[in-house]
Amino acid sequence: MLPRRFRVASTRHDNHDTLTVHLEPCDGAPLAFAAGQFTMLQVFGVGEVPISISGDPRGSGPLQHTIRDVGSVSHALAFAAPGEVLGVRGPFGTGWDVADGKGGDVVLVAGGIGLAPLRPALLEICAERDDYQRVSLLYGARTPSDVLFGDDLRTWAERHRITVEVIVDRGEAGWTGRIGLVTQLIGKVAFGADRRLALVCGPEVMMRQSAVALVARGVDPSRIRLSMERNMKCGIGLCGHCQLRELFLCLDGPVLAFDRLEPLMARAEL
Amino acid sequence: MDTRILTTDGLQALVDALQTRGFHVLGPAVRDGAIGFGPVREVADLPAGWGDEQEAGHYRLRRRDDPLLFAYAAGAQSAKPLFFPAQEVLWRARHDANGVHPTPPDPEAGADGPVAVLGVRSCDLAAVGIQDEVLLGRRYGDAAYALRREGTFVVAVTCSHPAATCFCGSMGTGPRPGAGTAPAAPYDLAMTEVLDEHGHRFVVEVATERGGHVLDEAVRAGAAVPAAGPEDLAAADDVAARAAQAMGRQLDTSGLKELLYASAESPVWDEVATRCLACANCTQVCPTCFCTDVRDVTDLTGALVERDRVWDSCFGAEYSYIHGGSVRASTRARYRQWLTHKLASWEDQFGMSGCVGCGRCITWCPAAIDLTAEVAALRHDGGGRRDGP
Ligand SMILES: Cc1cc2nc3c(=O)[nH]c(=O)nc-3n(C[C@H](O)[C@H](O)[C@H](O)COP(=O)(O)OP(=O)(O)OC[C@H]3O[C@@H](n4cnc5c(N)ncnc54)[C@H](O)[C@@H]3O)c2cc1C
Ligand code: SF4
Ligand code: SF4
Ligand code: FES
Repeated sequence: MLPRRFRVASTRHDNHDTLTVHLEPCDGAPLAFAAGQFTMLQVFGVGEVPISISGDPRGSGPLQHTIRDVGSVSHALAFAAPGEVLGVRGPFGTGWDVADGKGGDVVLVAGGIGLAPLRPALLEICAERDDYQRVSLLYGARTPSDVLFGDDLRTWAERHRITVEVIVDRGEAGWTGRIGLVTQLIGKVAFGADRRLALVCGPEVMMRQSAVALVARGVDPSRIRLSMERNMKCGIGLCGHCQLRELFLCLDGPVLAFDRLEPLMARAEL
Repeated sequence: MDTRILTTDGLQALVDALQTRGFHVLGPAVRDGAIGFGPVREVADLPAGWGDEQEAGHYRLRRRDDPLLFAYAAGAQSAKPLFFPAQEVLWRARHDANGVHPTPPDPEAGADGPVAVLGVRSCDLAAVGIQDEVLLGRRYGDAAYALRREGTFVVAVTCSHPAATCFCGSMGTGPRPGAGTAPAAPYDLAMTEVLDEHGHRFVVEVATERGGHVLDEAVRAGAAVPAAGPEDLAAADDVAARAAQAMGRQLDTSGLKELLYASAESPVWDEVATRCLACANCTQVCPTCFCTDVRDVTDLTGALVERDRVWDSCFGAEYSYIHGGSVRASTRARYRQWLTHKLASWEDQFGMSGCVGCGRCITWCPAAIDLTAEVAALRHDGGGRRDGP
């Protein structure tokens, strides 16, 4: 499958190792996507990796990806100069289907870069905020300077009645907020007895612990959705790399319900 | 059923008729000390009088004292690479002032025309059917594979001399094309090689209209292609029945998926990991494995960029690598992935087994690991004593 060509319009530095790249289609045709979907993004001649779309699914602006610089391909993507042409295939995979939480309470749990794939779901909620009951975002970052999307966090809390709780592993001078693990916040979050939906994105251990804590709070495992990460080379079910037993996480996932994932996540190295 | 008889001269007329139709004819050939696929212009290109000897970790060609052309079991490679090459270009691009414009390779370039494959054995025919489902039967297909498969003419062959490593009978894929319980790829003709008091001949089942037409063309070119008589049909049935009896291995497939899923924590994996070298030979010779990786190639000036797709294996450390480490770091986990995929999760993914019982992974394993024995060990272990389902 040939990549489409997108030009880097601008780049925003989110923190010391994470940047948001804004892309414009060279052929002018925008890329429609659902919150939670990813693309296979490539720097020609360097490589191609899966990156979630972090922009507004309803917006008409540039295509956004928030990329953490962890290796050769992510570095080349994050630091692509304005004007450079990147390859985009997709969008691929399942989305959060946050609209399924309308009429009830929604809790979103993010760890680190995991906030980026959840951002489109939050923007979707904000656009139709009155259709939802209580909405909470529990966000764990390593340090206060790792916190992503500070402006968004304030807007969501102040203008959209979203309870935003940030917790960090390690504090820094001036930090008066919480220190600890994001899973600690799950015990305190306010939500009602029925029609609850939980969306979780972050490192696998954090997601499993969060899901277990949510189940302990009475959330049905089928109403807890996780976004799974695996090596992905094709994004379309052909290369085999993303398999988790019978699942092709690029097609069946990345977003899957915890009742489906739990028995598979319980096995090390599956 | 339309069944006819070809002598070796008739077989030559069939090859000629296929070539006249513009097919690039491929068939079994002796290559690097094993049976592989090569071009067939004449019947003399086929491995007359060659047989093989296979055991776990062992393969040897041997001379036979008869003129049989198909008297050996699965060779080093199946028909898979003919349609799904080990390396292929996805796109090429030139870097210029306007950036990079990837374009797919010209499908005509380097192609020898549509392919006719002569002598696809029953297990390998089933494997082609599995690859068709994997690469073409789902939401996203492989366009280059579709192009190569399109119009392929297949002359299948009944396996007459199974090896000690064969268990197609257990998997429902052989020894006779089309007679198994598992789905197989379509074929045009299926032949059974017979040598008895009535002579050396091929009993040919005509499976498609096109197959019949090609035989008619052979007749018009002067070949005798008579209808098969009852003694020919009986002789062919006998070849298949004796082959079914001669199958060297067996695999009990009852409840296999449940067994493997329940065995995720079995100590059998630890034991096999002490022998497995994670060399990936088994996945390289398997006719159904489809995993691939991609490589970016640039020339020295950086002006030319090419993206290649290459076969990959779940036994490699890079295969499951994500930032911070491999998901399947241990050989135990990789062997478990391989066997579980072949025999269990494949069923959930594609509605069929991922193993056709060709025995190649047993033969070509340098450590002589035998999946039929490993499954028996899992059964003996009762689905993982350490931890239930
Ligand atoms: C569905 C999905 C969505 C993702 N969304 C984001 C996102 O929004 N933002 C973000 O920063 N990262 C995201 N990632 C992770 C991102 O794909 C990896 O950080 C990236 O592949 C690392 O590549 P690298 O070459 O820079 O790193 P290296 O460590 O040099 O990796 C070498 C190769 O291994 C593979 N690989 C390494 N790490 C990963 C990984 N974590 N996941 C998959 N393959 C990997 C890639 O093929 C990579 O080229 C996502 C991953 C998946 C599966
Ligand atoms: S797993 Fe082994 S026996 Fe089964 S199809 Fe593959 S190579 Fe043949
Ligand atoms: S995961 Fe392993 S066993 Fe399955 S198709 Fe890929 S290489 Fe073959
Ligand atoms: S990424 Fe290739 S099969 Fe899922």
